[in-house]
Amino acid sequence: MTRVPLERKVLSENDRLAADLREGFERHGTWCVNLISSPGSGKTALLERTLALFEPQRRVAVLTGDIQTDNDAQRLARYGFPVRQICTAGACHLDARMVSRALAEWPLKSIDLLFIENVGNLVCPTSYDLGEESRVVLLSVTEGEDKPLKYPATFHRADLVVLNKVDLLPYVPFRIDLARENVRRVQPGAAILEVSCTSGAGLDAWRKWIETHTAAKANQ
Amino acid sequence: MLDAVEAESLRLGARVVAVGVKIGELSGVDPESLRFCFEVLTRNTEWATMALEIEPLPWRNRCRQCGETFTVVEYRTECPRCGSDGTEMAGGNELEFAYMEIEEQ
Repeated sequence: MTRVPLERKVLSENDRLAADLREGFERHGTWCVNLISSPGSGKTALLERTLALFEPQRRVAVLTGDIQTDNDAQRLARYGFPVRQICTAGACHLDARMVSRALAEWPLKSIDLLFIENVGNLVCPTSYDLGEESRVVLLSVTEGEDKPLKYPATFHRADLVVLNKVDLLPYVPFRIDLARENVRRVQPGAAILEVSCTSGAGLDAWRKWIETHTAAKANQ
Repeated sequence: MLDAVEAESLRLGARVVAVGVKIGELSGVDPESLRFCFEVLTRNTEWATMALEIEPLPWRNRCRQCGETFTVVEYRTECPRCGSDGTEMAGGNELEFAYMEIEEQ
């Protein structure tokens, strides 16, 4: 019997496509942000509030992933920016091929900022590189403070963690300091913002985070 | 995964007896679930007797200050050597074929 070494990633095909995407984003100066969270943490609501803040000439686009329905795309399309729904028909995450296909008809050179709203899931999306430059993970205060510890792979690769629905803090037993501490344990380098898409609290800081990154990108 | 096994076995003209994979703690893949799927997919096929050998790998980080690579235990990502919290993932997200055991025909 002979042992043949392979040393090949099972997801090597995804990584190859993600590298192509990343190269395209870099070449066209597109800042790509991958939003990951559990279902119902407020990814779409945050994007709605974000698009509402932008001037009509802002070169922003959104890809939004769901297993079924184009409800999110319909919600997001109201703001006048290019939005496309990716229906995964069962898959619990977006992969690089789906993103490549969805972007095929969009000229990247006309997009400075691309949000990719992943399928609501804290497990699988983290394994699939989409070529993004930044990862934002949302955690809402109606969930457990220990989510970062339960899903360390996802939180460990977050550039920013948004603690959403802070308007509900008086009504739920969520300890926000503990949540911050748990984020820091698995990802000391992540920025943390407290946001409410309902009351608007923290949206200024979120916008500042976006503008800082887009300005840095424009100066590259 | 089985596509890759098939491609390799055709290329080498050999029967695959076992396939070895590395699974990191943070890969999102549960070894028992993978084993279950593997058994279901290979049942009553030419791969039915093929063994799946799984090497689990822990979460490792590397310190950007002193270069130390260490295993992350209990989510402690700070460097055990110099105490810096500027560390980055150095492993633990693997989902890789490591090897195949083949029998020449």
